[in-house]
Amino acid sequence: MFELISKNLLAPAVWRYTVKAPEIAAKRRAGNFVIVRPKEGSERIPLTIVSSDPQAGTIDIIFQVVGATTMDLSETDGILDIVGPLGHPTHIEKFGRAAVVGGGVGIAPLLPIAEALKQAGNNLTAILGARSSEFLILEEEMAAISDGLLIATDDGSQGQKGLVTDVLQPLLEQGALDFVLAVGPVVMMKAVSELTRPYRVKTMVSLNPLMIDGTGMCGVCRCRVDGQTRFACVDGPEFDGHQVDFGSLSRRLSMYKAEENKRREARN
Amino acid sequence: MPLNLNRVSMPEQEPGQRRHNFQEVNLGLTPELARAEASRCLFCKRPTCIDGCPVGINIPFFIQAILDDSPEEAVRRIRMDNSLPAICGRVCPQEIQCEKTCVLNKKGAPVAIGALERYVGDYAIRECLATECNITENGLKVAVVGSGPSGLSCAGELRKLGYAVTVFEALHELGGVLTYGIPEFRLPKEAVVQVEIDTLKALGVEFKTNHLVGKTSLAADLLDKDGYAAVYIATGAGYPQFMQIPGEDLNYVYSANEFLTRMNLMRAYKGDAAATPVFTGRRVGVIGGGNTAMDAARCALRMPGVEKVSLIYRRSENEMPARIEEVKHAKEEGIDFQFLTAPVEYLGTAEGAVRAARCVRMELGEPDASGRRRPVVIPGSEFKIDVDAVVVAIGTQANPIIAQTTPGLATNKWGYIITDENGLTSIRHIYAGGDIVSGAATVILAMGAGRNAARAIHEKLSEMAS
Ligand SMILES: Cc1cc2nc3c(=O)[nH]c(=O)nc-3n(C[C@H](O)[C@H](O)[C@H](O)COP(=O)(O)OP(=O)(O)OC[C@H]3O[C@@H](n4cnc5c(N)ncnc54)[C@H](O)[C@@H]3O)c2cc1C
Ligand SMILES: Cc1cc2nc3c(=O)[nH]c(=O)nc-3n(C[C@H](O)[C@H](O)[C@H](O)COP(=O)(O)OP(=O)(O)OC[C@H]3O[C@@H](n4cnc5c(N)ncnc54)[C@H](O)[C@@H]3O)c2cc1C
Ligand code: FES
Repeated sequence: MFELISKNLLAPAVWRYTVKAPEIAAKRRAGNFVIVRPKEGSERIPLTIVSSDPQAGTIDIIFQVVGATTMDLSETDGILDIVGPLGHPTHIEKFGRAAVVGGGVGIAPLLPIAEALKQAGNNLTAILGARSSEFLILEEEMAAISDGLLIATDDGSQGQKGLVTDVLQPLLEQGALDFVLAVGPVVMMKAVSELTRPYRVKTMVSLNPLMIDGTGMCGVCRCRVDGQTRFACVDGPEFDGHQVDFGSLSRRLSMYKAEENKRREARN
Repeated sequence: MPLNLNRVSMPEQEPGQRRHNFQEVNLGLTPELARAEASRCLFCKRPTCIDGCPVGINIPFFIQAILDDSPEEAVRRIRMDNSLPAICGRVCPQEIQCEKTCVLNKKGAPVAIGALERYVGDYAIRECLATECNITENGLKVAVVGSGPSGLSCAGELRKLGYAVTVFEALHELGGVLTYGIPEFRLPKEAVVQVEIDTLKALGVEFKTNHLVGKTSLAADLLDKDGYAAVYIATGAGYPQFMQIPGEDLNYVYSANEFLTRMNLMRAYKGDAAATPVFTGRRVGVIGGGNTAMDAARCALRMPGVEKVSLIYRRSENEMPARIEEVKHAKEEGIDFQFLTAPVEYLGTAEGAVRAARCVRMELGEPDASGRRRPVVIPGSEFKIDVDAVVVAIGTQANPIIAQTTPGLATNKWGYIITDENGLTSIRHIYAGGDIVSGAATVILAMGAGRNAARAIHEKLSEMAS
């Protein structure tokens, strides 16, 4: 059992947990994730490690309650199983002018990557998108590490009314970016990749397929990248957005919609 | 004494009944049946059955104890060579090992050694017979990576020799393929696998689940920083292969590992009661001809709503690598075997779910590298098999994580770890064995490799201490 040190509600149904996991905290780097199983009988689900404190032996995760397993997680006082750190850490280098683009709870995985990019000496613009200001998370943390912070909300309750791509486009037109990294819903990552393609700005995305073991054993996380089959848990989760088959990813993510709904309703 | 060719047959659940449940198919021998079968053994002066056993179990020695009606003695005897008889008795391919070299095989009715081994193993479990041993702690620590049969046997041997052993396992449950791969109806988890693991715990072996060596810690650090005197890597060959044909990323096209992991490790066979779902629809296609394919097919058949499971294999029945008993059981249960057939593409619905496998028929040509006749496509033989789900069981590869994170660890061109005959890798004090060295093989070979490495580790460390 992994002990919960603290539990904070960041936005409606979005939690930040600090969890005691010294071995993972010691090894974790930006871009790594863990697989958690909240309690006996739960599914195994992947969550990004948002931050870690090797001294205190803790890691932080941020998750949105969307289904049965994240409900289990939101109700628990300790996490039964956590394994990690998994996946390749983000490839960090000095690209020059970098933008990180996050949508919804995708801002959580983005935070450690943004930090690492900033530390590597990049000029960093953060573009955050949310349904409304109420759902916007980690705004202060992002502001603290970026050279510019731009916000888009669907309803215009904060920042520009519209999508993150509406905010990104002018920067691309000005030729103000050398590198883009996007994390969020598949439609968003796809739209960002489509947008940057004609400008030939290198664009990385962090893919979020279904996973079970996270060790390369089951293959459920396979994605099509540049016409090849890649396992997101061991070969990713970050890939070149211009090479990702997003259609296949969103199709595969919907594989268990019916079963997921059934289990969610059974819990309510 | 006239030869007795009446080999007893294992009592089993009726096919019509068992295809609707996940309870064990084989029910085990009664003491009477076991003694009757034991009495068929000729107790050869030079027992050829032993030559057929990959770990050289002294077979007539334990059979004699069954015949003498002293099962406890049989347990003691078999454990000298094999610490997991209840498992091996169930899953070893006896027909190509001990039972093949049994002299009675020439007459077509070898002694049912596997069934007898299982009888002895089950007796030990039922009577809770502890392994006798007085462990004298020697103050040295050894790390074992992976809790499949190879890691378990290595851990058990080393513990008995006085080492403090820690087994690191990536998953949340122990047992490797015994737990996540082989289904309940062939190898019960709580009644058999868990009991064997508990026995090791009782001996004092320490287990750490949720620990992926290469990520949570590094193999080299276990030696250099964490104070382990040796490391045994037994991580298996669980990296699924796909055929790289169009449509393999359609929904409900599974690797066998995914399908079986959902079913077994995550208990999806319990239906809606399990948190992790599995979808089978009405018609399932399984690609392959090994034990894994057989297990996937028979699991699928047992799911509610499944009407037809087609097993699609590119060679003929003779070349199938699966255990003969599994093929027999699969046939009795009504699996539709499509021999000499291979898929070339999967077709999908508008929503992206698989709906059919486009297949071709094959014929057997010249022998290939494996010595089996190579399947060749028959031109113009294309046809379609309608399916709602597909399980691809065409084999596995080496998982790359440890090799990628252990500088200096020599691997061959397929990524399997290279060792000498003692299991020693290219790095001092790091040993390896089981599927990660041999490629996908068998439980007994994996266990044998674990035992050998344990002995080699002990020899080396004792040498250094003296
Ligand atoms: C590498 C990786 C890192 C991730 N990091 C985070 C994170 O830091 N914070 C966070 O909140 N989530 C993260 N996710 C997504 C998270 O794993 C899913 O939200 C979770 O599995 C949902 O489980 P559930 O049982 O609660 O919901 P389910 O009942 O399984 O699903 C509910 C709804 O969410 C959708 N969904 C399911 N899985 C995913 C997924 N992987 N991505 C997007 N939508 C999904 C389903 O289609 C369904 O509509 C990450 C995913 C991956 C692969
Ligand atoms: C479905 C199926 C059916 C089979 N049926 C039979 C049969 O009937 N008879 C037979 O003899 N053989 C059978 N086999 C083959 C047999 O199961 C294997 O040969 C055997 O399990 C190999 O044992 P192992 O200990 O080398 O590896 P595994 O059993 O694969 O165990 C390896 C373990 O290591 C863990 N691991 C991997 N990487 C790491 C890491 N980096 N850190 C920590 N842990 C790690 C894995 O999670 C796993 O638990 C079958 C195999 C399958 C898949
Ligand atoms: S999650 Fe199973 S292989 Fe990636």
